Amino acid sequence: MQSIPPTSERELARRRYRRGLAQRSIGISLASTVVFAAVMWWVLVRSPGWQVTRDTFFDPGYFAQALPLVAWGLLTNIKVLAVAVVGVALVAVLLAALRSLRGPVFFPLRFVAAAYTDIFRGTPFLIVLYLIGFGVPALGLTEGVIPIELLGTVALVLTYSSYVAEVLRAGIEAVHPSQRLAARSLGLSHYGSLRLVVLPQAVRKVTPALMNDFVSMQKDVGLISVLGAVDAVRAAQIQVAQTYNYTAYVVAGLLFVVFSWPFIRLTDYLTARQQAREQIGGLV
Amino acid sequence: MTAPVLDLRGIVKVYGKDAVLRGVDLSVAQHEVVVLIGASGSGKSTLLKTVNLLERIDDGQILLSGTDISDPRVDVDRVRARIGVVFQHYNLFPHLSVLNNVALALRQVHNVPKAQADQRGLDLLARIGLADRARDYPDRLSGGQQQRVAIARAIATDPELLLLDEITSALDPQLVGEVLDLVGELKAAGSTIVMATHEIGFARRVADRVVFLADGVVVEQGPPGQVLDDPQQPATREFLARVLR
Repeated sequence: MQSIPPTSERELARRRYRRGLAQRSIGISLASTVVFAAVMWWVLVRSPGWQVTRDTFFDPGYFAQALPLVAWGLLTNIKVLAVAVVGVALVAVLLAALRSLRGPVFFPLRFVAAAYTDIFRGTPFLIVLYLIGFGVPALGLTEGVIPIELLGTVALVLTYSSYVAEVLRAGIEAVHPSQRLAARSLGLSHYGSLRLVVLPQAVRKVTPALMNDFVSMQKDVGLISVLGAVDAVRAAQIQVAQTYNYTAYVVAGLLFVVFSWPFIRLTDYLTARQQAREQIGGLV
Repeated sequence: MTAPVLDLRGIVKVYGKDAVLRGVDLSVAQHEVVVLIGASGSGKSTLLKTVNLLERIDDGQILLSGTDISDPRVDVDRVRARIGVVFQHYNLFPHLSVLNNVALALRQVHNVPKAQADQRGLDLLARIGLADRARDYPDRLSGGQQQRVAIARAIATDPELLLLDEITSALDPQLVGEVLDLVGELKAAGSTIVMATHEIGFARRVADRVVFLADGVVVEQGPPGQVLDDPQQPATREFLARVLR
């Protein structure tokens, strides 16, 4: 049986002191938050146009009226996003894998992948959207009308796969070469070591950056409204045009935040858990 | 009589329900080399970590040259700046050259001017026989060379106390010698060292005192000749029989 000596008065005093420190910092942060919020509120309410602003942007009546319509529009965003995310993941991993190929034989593949990422990262998304959204139908390749949502999804995949590919490549390069060495020494092929050893570690390293791209992509889905698709942004626009009240935009903004928030918190939680499981902690 | 460099009094460390240290007392005089031995999990590494304040103790007191560094009011960075640590896996900074690894703390913690810090770094690298690798990056060096650089990094700031945590455990047998020789030189130069190791032969050669830890307490301690050749406690005898087999 392992016995521990009873806790000394010295240790109890140290614990009291640390508890006091912790309580004091909690107090300070609480107080500063309250003061900050109060100042912001005071500035807002005292501004000369506050009455008008409140009626135009935060009207409960218009809020209730716009909510279902904008939420319905958000469904389009979610559908496009769900498909686009899968497309982006596939294309980006492929691009990153191509760029990580070694040896002169693969130069053409590396070159194509590099050119792709350079072009689509450099082109503003709106331009890609116009080119795909209006250019592809103009080719007259199909009998019927190509759905706007599909064209928007393609444009999203083109642009975002180039961003995500670069993030993944950074992650792949951050995995220590000794890991690749160990994987290859087991007899795993280049592809096998990439898939089973390098990529899983790479993705962990760049998860926050990938989440950035995900959230930013989720918002950029709203841009497909320029092609005429009725998504959350367009639904809000229609409301604003009909009522001359901007509350619908606030509704759309809120819905976007509410939609992305669980993803952001979930990845934070998962990354933290991962880190706790795989790395030793300590005081520093 | 001056205060001991390190004075541990009743150190307790608990992880969850596991009591890793259960009241360790240990005093280390200036210029003394104390070697901690004991089975894996006996608390050697944890004890060294508590000294450097990398682990918070759950009871007891740690005095460094007479000041209580377990007091929560002390500035931990100032305390750590007075202690040098060498880790089992070297922990060199891969993005810095060998010279910058050695000179980093001098320049950034002790505010030594660059030229002076670099000179001190080069002198140390010359001392460990790696002057020609100053501009190389750690990954280019062998394990033994990396560990020697890690030692140079730890002693660059002339710490009062040097903690060596199983510094040869990750090394090839033929590289162990060069690292241990360096530790021998440090002893000759008057460093105060607390060292956890599995190298019983080295403990016999260099230690002023061998301390045997088991189950989180000091079971036996004394000069190497006594503890290693004529152990009094059954636990010590059993441990030595296993490692010296």
